[in-house]
Amino acid sequence: MNKIFLIIKREYLVRVKKKSFIIMTILAPILMAGLIIAPVLIANQDQQNRLIAINEETPRYSNKINDTEFTHFTIINQDEADEIKNNILEAPYYALLDIKDTSFTIYSSQQISLNLRREIENQLEIIIERDKLKQAGIDIEIIESSKTNINIETKIIDIEGKTTSSNTEVSIGIGFITGILIYMFIFMYGTMVMRGVIEEKTNRIVEIIISSVKPFQLMMGKIIGVALVGLTQFILWILLTILISFFAELILIDASEITTSTDNINQSVILNEFTKLTGGIDLITIFISFIFFFLFGYLLYSSLFAAVGSAVDAEADTQQFVLPITIPLILAFIFIQPVMDNPDGTLAFWLSIIPLTSPVIMMVRLPFGVESWELLLSMILLIIGFILTTYLAAKIYRTGILMYGKKISYKELWKWLSYKG
Amino acid sequence: MKKNILLTVEDVVKKYGDYTALNKVNISVPESSIYGLLGPNGAGKTTLMRIINQITAPDQGKVTFNGEKLNQNHIKDIGYLPEERGLYKKMKVGEQVLYLAQLKGMSYNEAIEKLKFWFEKLEITHWWSKRVEELSKGMAQKIQFVVTVIHKPKLLIFDEPFSGFDPINAAIIRKEILQLRDNGTTIIFSTHRMESVEEICDHIALINNSKTILEGPIDKIKDDFQSNTYEVILKEKNLVSSQEFDILSKNENNYKIKINDNFKLNQTIDIINKNFNIISFKKETPSVEDIFIKSINNE
Repeated sequence: MNKIFLIIKREYLVRVKKKSFIIMTILAPILMAGLIIAPVLIANQDQQNRLIAINEETPRYSNKINDTEFTHFTIINQDEADEIKNNILEAPYYALLDIKDTSFTIYSSQQISLNLRREIENQLEIIIERDKLKQAGIDIEIIESSKTNINIETKIIDIEGKTTSSNTEVSIGIGFITGILIYMFIFMYGTMVMRGVIEEKTNRIVEIIISSVKPFQLMMGKIIGVALVGLTQFILWILLTILISFFAELILIDASEITTSTDNINQSVILNEFTKLTGGIDLITIFISFIFFFLFGYLLYSSLFAAVGSAVDAEADTQQFVLPITIPLILAFIFIQPVMDNPDGTLAFWLSIIPLTSPVIMMVRLPFGVESWELLLSMILLIIGFILTTYLAAKIYRTGILMYGKKISYKELWKWLSYKG
Repeated sequence: MKKNILLTVEDVVKKYGDYTALNKVNISVPESSIYGLLGPNGAGKTTLMRIINQITAPDQGKVTFNGEKLNQNHIKDIGYLPEERGLYKKMKVGEQVLYLAQLKGMSYNEAIEKLKFWFEKLEITHWWSKRVEELSKGMAQKIQFVVTVIHKPKLLIFDEPFSGFDPINAAIIRKEILQLRDNGTTIIFSTHRMESVEEICDHIALINNSKTILEGPIDKIKDDFQSNTYEVILKEKNLVSSQEFDILSKNENNYKIKINDNFKLNQTIDIINKNFNIISFKKETPSVEDIFIKSINNE
């Protein structure tokens, strides 16, 4: 037991100390935080006070344009407008809106933002629409009062009769993200195990090691070591993402600007949005299940990856064996969409029960609500699947690692399963 | 004085599917001896060594180490330098040897101490924090040697130890091996190169086609392979075969003769001495290579 701990320690430390690991661990949360922050940032970017000059020969529309929160309009005469056009940089206005009959032009020293343009366009459209309606003798009041906006609220009643609001979009989002993450993690860390095995084989150190420990100990030590690397990376990602987005929010979004738009300045905007959105979804179950399906999904696949690594002499030869392993994983990936469309259907049920696809598909289904027995069954079958694949993989592994310079066929692999220790 | 037997392998059989790698192999390795395991490539030497190292288990037969059935506790008493040997390229030398020593069951402190001892002895202390990929092949081999011996095993197993060593390193390693033997370590050598065995081994086993075909102390085996041939140098150049002996080959006054069965050495010498002037009369001892080829051909 002491020896397997030594192996786990080495496998873990070697990878955690690698530059690529450190870079990935820091870079990914920055990207993630960027993805979270960017929309907020963009939304807030336009929120600075702007003064826009309007020039119209005979005021038809200009006097009907209203100031908005951050955009203010001033009507100027033709002379002033000419002056602005001649020396736009010196002008005290952000832009000049020139109205000639029904043609509208904006002059500015720099490209105006899309938002501002839309804002002005919208106002003008409404003004002109109303004008037209008026001319046709239609009462605007009636039209205003007939406008309807429906927003169906969805609520889930559970067995105890408790009602919680649900949010399909958010369920889809969470299911999709966790499903994809598991798919990615299994692939990333599974191939990491495979590469480790090939490395030991091509370095020719493996025989020295297995004269001290059992091949199974070496294989499991590597798999567990890499699993810990994965968990470390995952936890660091979450922590760093939260930390970075928190600070980015503080630095990049000036609090005073938000004061007007959100009532509660003391609470992080992102956290606030997050809790609002995920209300009604059992996040704790999802989190625990995520860790479980990540770990056991990874364990199941990585032992197969280890077996492949042991059977070849170089990474270039792995393809023919990697393909059949990854097919169920890729299948699970492809079926994410259909499962989302019908998260309680037969397809969804079976794919979330069968061990090879369950890690991904169960995560996709979970936010929509899955019955406890299904979740439990899926977990138990995954554990059994893991034990089974590890047993078979270990048999291939212990023969494969000592086999040099031989092209291995499936028939050969099958024979190895029958070899005695 | 008869030495204690450290390791015995009795009737060991190992099959890989339809292929029989070892077929009732027997060897017994005396304590503090250098034991040569000889045989052509593919004879089953490596499989036998893997069984002794408990990398694989035999299908049948028995392996006894130090009077006990071979088990996991013996791992720390055995050092193995496989033919396919290498190190983690990216790992630092010191760290790596420490890791491998701990895997053999040494404590960290013990391993550090022994590591320093060997690094100083082989004058490689300054390699400690180098990565293995920065070392030359010969340097890496020294590290592998240290890894093999660091835990002070009772039994050392070297598979083709000198392949790939440059002559200087080979000499250093040879010296260390002899010293280890003198300090009581038992050493098993496996090789298909006979000339390296001749001078260093005191016991040998010949393995061919998955079977042991010869086993025992090298002197005794050589005696058994006495072919009653002698190298004779005379003053005269006209010696001819007689009923007592046949001339196998002749070069001027230098003859190789074979004394026929039923005749004794003394008789033959007397007869030759009567008619010729003998300068030298020397018994031809077969080389291990001769024995090897002869036994394989007899198979």
